[in-house]
This record gives sequence, C-alpha cells and structure tokens, in this order.
Amino acid sequence: MALLQISEPGHSPNPHERRVAVGIDLGTTNSLVASVRSGVAECLSDEEGRVILPSVVRYQADGSRQIGAAAVAAMVQDPQNTIASVKRFMGRNLKDVVDSGTLAYRFVDKPGMLAIATAGGEKSPVEISADILATLRYRAQDVLGDDLVGAVITVPAYFDDAQRQATKDAARLAGINVLRLINEPTAAAIAYGLDNASEGVYAIYDLGGGTFDMSILRLSQGVFEVIATGGDSALGGDDYDRALVALVQQQAGLVLESPADKSAMAVAARACKEQLTAHDEALFQANLSGSSVRQAVTRAQFDAATAGLTERTIRVARKALRDAKLSVTDVQGVVMVGGSTRMPQVQAAVAALFGQAPLNNLNPDEVVALGAAIQANQLAGNNPQGDLLLLDVIPLSLGIETMGGLVERIVPRNQTIPTAMAQDFTTFKDGQTALALHVVQGERDMVADCRSLARFELRGIPPMVAGAARIRVTFTVDADGLLNVAARELIGGVEANIDVKPSYGLDDGEIARMLQESFTTAQSDMRARAVAEAQLDAERLLLAIQTALQADGDLLDDGERAAIDALADDLRAVRSFEDAATVEAATKALSDGTQAFAAMRMNRGIRQALSGKNISTV
Amino acid sequence: MADQLLTLAANDFALFGVPQRFAQDRSTLDARWKELQREAHPDRFAAQSAAAQREALQWSVRINEAYQRLKDPLRRAAYLCELAGAPIDAHDNTAMPAEFLIQQMAWREALEDAQQEAQVLALQDEVMQVRNGLLARCEELLDRESDPVQAVGQVRALMFIEKFCADIDAFFETLQSHCAVSAAARPTAARD
Repeated sequence: MALLQISEPGHSPNPHERRVAVGIDLGTTNSLVASVRSGVAECLSDEEGRVILPSVVRYQADGSRQIGAAAVAAMVQDPQNTIASVKRFMGRNLKDVVDSGTLAYRFVDKPGMLAIATAGGEKSPVEISADILATLRYRAQDVLGDDLVGAVITVPAYFDDAQRQATKDAARLAGINVLRLINEPTAAAIAYGLDNASEGVYAIYDLGGGTFDMSILRLSQGVFEVIATGGDSALGGDDYDRALVALVQQQAGLVLESPADKSAMAVAARACKEQLTAHDEALFQANLSGSSVRQAVTRAQFDAATAGLTERTIRVARKALRDAKLSVTDVQGVVMVGGSTRMPQVQAAVAALFGQAPLNNLNPDEVVALGAAIQANQLAGNNPQGDLLLLDVIPLSLGIETMGGLVERIVPRNQTIPTAMAQDFTTFKDGQTALALHVVQGERDMVADCRSLARFELRGIPPMVAGAARIRVTFTVDADGLLNVAARELIGGVEANIDVKPSYGLDDGEIARMLQESFTTAQSDMRARAVAEAQLDAERLLLAIQTALQADGDLLDDGERAAIDALADDLRAVRSFEDAATVEAATKALSDGTQAFAAMRMNRGIRQALSGKNISTV
Repeated sequence: MADQLLTLAANDFALFGVPQRFAQDRSTLDARWKELQREAHPDRFAAQSAAAQREALQWSVRINEAYQRLKDPLRRAAYLCELAGAPIDAHDNTAMPAEFLIQQMAWREALEDAQQEAQVLALQDEVMQVRNGLLARCEELLDRESDPVQAVGQVRALMFIEKFCADIDAFFETLQSHCAVSAAARPTAARD
C-alpha cells in the first residue's frame, strides 16, 4: 500500500536537495513521528526501538522533566506533576473542562487558556505539548541525520480555531516549522492510498485510548472533504480495560483500595485484553498488596462485559451517517484507526454495521502518522509528480457578535478552505477612533452559546462624524483552518493602518517567554537558535527560487531576471553570517523581490489548467 | 485567451472558463474547481517563498469564492443580474408582491403549527417545488430573454425561500439536538 516515488530520468531529486519532512500524530494518549524514506512512509523509533511515545510529561522541582514511558511510570507516585491527555486542554478554558474536579492536576484559571501548576512551575498546555513535539523532533533528527524542513501535524477534524492555533503555537515552541495542520481522518485515508481510489465515501472509525472519533469523508480526484464528524470524548480503550477489571473484581470478589492496586489491575487488564485479541482465553494476573489475582477470562466474557461500550461507538457511527444523509450502502470502505480497533469484537461490530470487512492491514496505531508523513513529503516538494490535493473544509461556522448578543455568521461551516469574507463596519459615535470586534465559532444564534475565539480592537481609525467611517474587515481562514483578520479604512481611498490584536491564546510575548524557559534553550542559547533558523530559512528560499527559475524563468525579461539574480547573490553572500537580522533582511528582500514573479508563475499555472478546456466556449 | 492575463479581478465565469450564463453543468464546475486548485492551492507552495505562498493563498481563496458563487443557483443568478447592471440591493428594497408575501406567511404558520416530522417534510417538498419553478424562470429570463431586471424579482423571492428553508433545517436540527454529533453537510447539499 506504500506509495513508491518514481522520478522521470533527469528529474530525480538531488540527495542534497532532498528536504527532510515528517508527519506527527500528536495524540491524546500516544504520539508518533513518521517520515517517507526511499519512497516508503515509516514510523521512526527511539534508541530503544519504541515507536510510540506516550503523551505524558512529568515536571520536577529541579526543573527537569520526563517525557513518554518514563513519565508513565511516575503517574501513580506523582499524579499532580505528571500530565497525561494534555490534548484535551489545548485552547481550552478551565470552565470547558467539565471533569476538572476529578483530575489530580492543580489547574490555574487563566484568560484564553488554562494552565497547570506543577513542581517545575506553571505550565500551559501549549508548553506541555511542545515538550512532546520537541522529543519527536529530536528523535527524527537523530534518525534522519538532518535538520527538518518542516512537519505536518494532525488534529481532530472537529478542532476549532483556538485548538488548532494552540497546536501550531506548540510546534513553534518546539522549533518545528509547520508545513500544514491536517485532519486525523484525512491522514488515515492518505495512508491507505485512498486518494488513488475512484470517487467514493469512506468512514474513518478511530477508537483511541480515551477518545472515539467517527468521520465520514468524501473523496474525488484526490480531493478530501469531511462531510460529517461525530464522537465521544470520554470513550476509548481505557474503558474496555476498566470493564475488564470490573469483571475480574466481580468474579474474584475483590475490593481494591490503594492507588497502587488499582494501577496494577489496570496494567494487568491491558495485558489480558491484548492476549484476548489473538486467543479465545487469557489469564488475568496481577500482584496486589498482600494478595495476587489469577483468573481465566474468555473472549466471550470480555465481549459481553464490553458490549455496551462497542454499541455506543456503533450508535455514534450511525448518527454520523444520518447527519451526512448517507446510508451504510453508500460507504465504499471503512478505515480502522487506533490500537483499540484491534479488538475482535470491535472489528466484528464495524463489519456488521457496514456489511463489509474494514481496512485494517496497516498498523492502526501508526496509520495517522504515516498519512501525515506522506503529505509532509509532498508539501516539502520531494514528490513533484504527486497528484495528492487536500481540500479541507472549516469544521465550525465563524461569526461576529452584533447587537443584543446575537451572532452574525461570516464564514459558514463546510466552506472549503482557504476562504475569505469581507465585512464593512462603521463608527457610532463622533470622533470614535477604535472599534471592538468579537469573533465566535459555533452553530448557535446566541454569542453566549458559541465559543469565544477572539476580541479584536481596531485602533487608529481617523476621527470622523458617527457613521462616516467605513472599515472593511477581512476574515481569512487559511489552509490550516486558522483565522487571520485584516482591517482597513476605506474613506477616500486612504488605507489607515489599523492594529488588530487577538485577545486569545498566546501572544508573541508569551511565546518568547516560553521559548526562553523551554529546554531547547538549555541545549543551545536563543541567539544561536535564531541564527540557525534564519540560515535554514535562507537556504530554503534560495532553493525554492532556484527551482522556480528553472521551471518558469522564461517568464522574466532580462532586467527582471537580473534583479532577482542580484537579490539572490546578496543573500548568498550573507547567508552564513552569524547575525540573524542580516540574514533575515536579505531573505525578506529576495522574497519581496520575487512577488511579481510568483504572480506570473501562478498565472501561467491557472491558464494551463484552463487551456484546451474552453476552446469551444470562448 | 491564451495570452490574456487572468487576474484576481476576472469574473467568476472567466476564471472558471465557462460561458457567462445561468445554465451550468455542475460536474464541469466541480472538475474545473479541482483543476484550478491543483495549480493554486497553498499546499503546492508550502516549500516555496513567502511571496509565492501569499500569492497562492490569494488565488486559492478567489477560486473558492468563485466556486461557492457559481455552484449555488441563487447566488449565481444574483451575480449575473449584478454583472448585467441590475443589482439585487436586498437591503434597500424588500418590497414583494402581496400574493407572494401571503404564501410566505401561510408557510411560516404551517411550520410553527407542525407537530410531526412528516408534516414538515411535506411542507419542505412544496417549498422546493416553488423554488424550482422560480429557478427555471430565472434561467429563461437570464439566458433566453436577456431580461435581468425581471430576473431580480425572481432572485428576491428566492432569497425569502432560502431563509425559510434555513428555518426548516433548524426545525430538523432541534429534533436531533440531543446527540453529540455535528455534521458538516446537511440538507443544504440536497438543494443544489
């Protein structure tokens, strides 16, 4: 099922020009990193051969941290400082986390996003995620022996703007250039090469450790459209473990008191569950304080004890189909994602619902990361013949607050991204120079029922009588599904420079502070890192311009070509300077100087797309 | 055509290389959209200069905007009226024939009084029939009779109906509101 990269003679990428890019599955329970090597996507393992990095970070008083398996081992003894499932808190306020009272963490209520107080200091979910991402980044650099050009990071299809932005901020903090955020179900479909398949509807059934997601995708000619998503954020493989513990407890008449005993039972349940995937009967064994448990469990017993859980996933799957106005017979294939889909009763229930065997020949733990790696390889420009094109949609409508707390919709859900919408505003007081805008995301009519995304203040409006100013605000949702806002004053054609300040998530100052505190600074100081990044950016741009000139240099006249060559020479002359500002300035000059060339190239591409298609109609 | 420079300001029909008229083949629009995005999508430029990425974002946004307008018959009709110098001016001019308004009120009352899903489904069928009739009339006025001024009246009526359809969708939505599932595509797709 792997996609082999075949280059035309003379077109094979020069090894030195090969851009190393990875796909990262930043999961609730586990995270993975994968890359396309020799045309095949594969997950990268750590020094001990482990591919899966548990998404758990422990912060200690001496400032050190443990990430992954080492942190998992500390969960029982140090629950307050060992943070698991941080993905649930990304871009969230404390009031969004309904079960915050039952968790051991010391939450800190902060505007924009909650934080967690640990022995190592107060940590934002963005910082915790960055620690996981940085671990994967270093792993990738060690295995691949090169700096990363960038990464594709996966997010759930239903993630809103704040959650996506938080994910991107985490990557930035980890020193990762994000090529694109893509939806997890889309990544799974790419891994199965469904982009090569004919038109069709596919269901992605994703049962992870603690969450269940169901997505319905429509694919046509390499275009992926998420047409419905559903799920249960409190249902996963861990619930199957708990059901098994309850079953054994009941059979053996056990009462569990200590956290250590509970933890031992959970570990035993996991092992027993995995045994039952391949065998009809397995031994449940755990050593408890003062006693031990040895109990035979049959698969039939396990299936019966978990039938309610499996049925819940099937109900969500049916609902997603209904919402997409589709029946099971419309579904061409079902992709299984998440380790918990290995359980035979889950496989059987899914097969029964859809009337066909699900696709499961790829490792369900790895499939999302593999798909992300394939997309990363293409985005990095390593596969110019690649035909894959993702056209994702915005999952939730964007709106702005109007009088009386009502929402005026500006970008409806299901709109293909990137997309933009312009809206004109005016002042209601004489001499008013500022305007407040409140952007929300959601489907409800009242602001109070939607998620507040951002409060923008437009400042610097020239003073005029009430209602005279015309401020055009353009909301752009980029290919990552992230909102950008630009504003200008239209009267008299004068473009007033209006500041747009988002009031959610992390601002640049906070990011800078976190960068200084992050462990990446322990390895190399801020200045060295800035220089390295500026140099990498310069290399990247020179390579991109060189490729562009080879392909479309004929569009330029001699003067234009000479101007670009001169800017490129300027950059080459300074690119190895140990001064980030100089390198950045020359990079920017070259980038700005090629704007017109970029426009010409785009034009040629658009005309080629239309040529030969409309002879009869023009 | 081949030497003409297409700009972001080109009209939707020119951008998509389809004839400027109401009647359109949806599968042609879909195919053309994908061909254009294949050239212009920011994914094609992810490893390129910031200038190229900005350019790609602008074009990709423009192509999506044109596609949204071309594929929706109501928005397409309004756009054609505007291009022909007969803007819809929905905000300034809401005067409608009394007959039409009476029918609108009857429909609204029927929706408010509806007890069962079946009643609303029947109402939806009726509304759809009226809508299809108006769209057919739009096609005649725009493509054969070249009378955009008359077509504006049809478009205004269609905007009322569009709003009522959204209310019907909302009715169905409240029926399912207790479930934790969100759909990206709902009856809107069926109306094309």
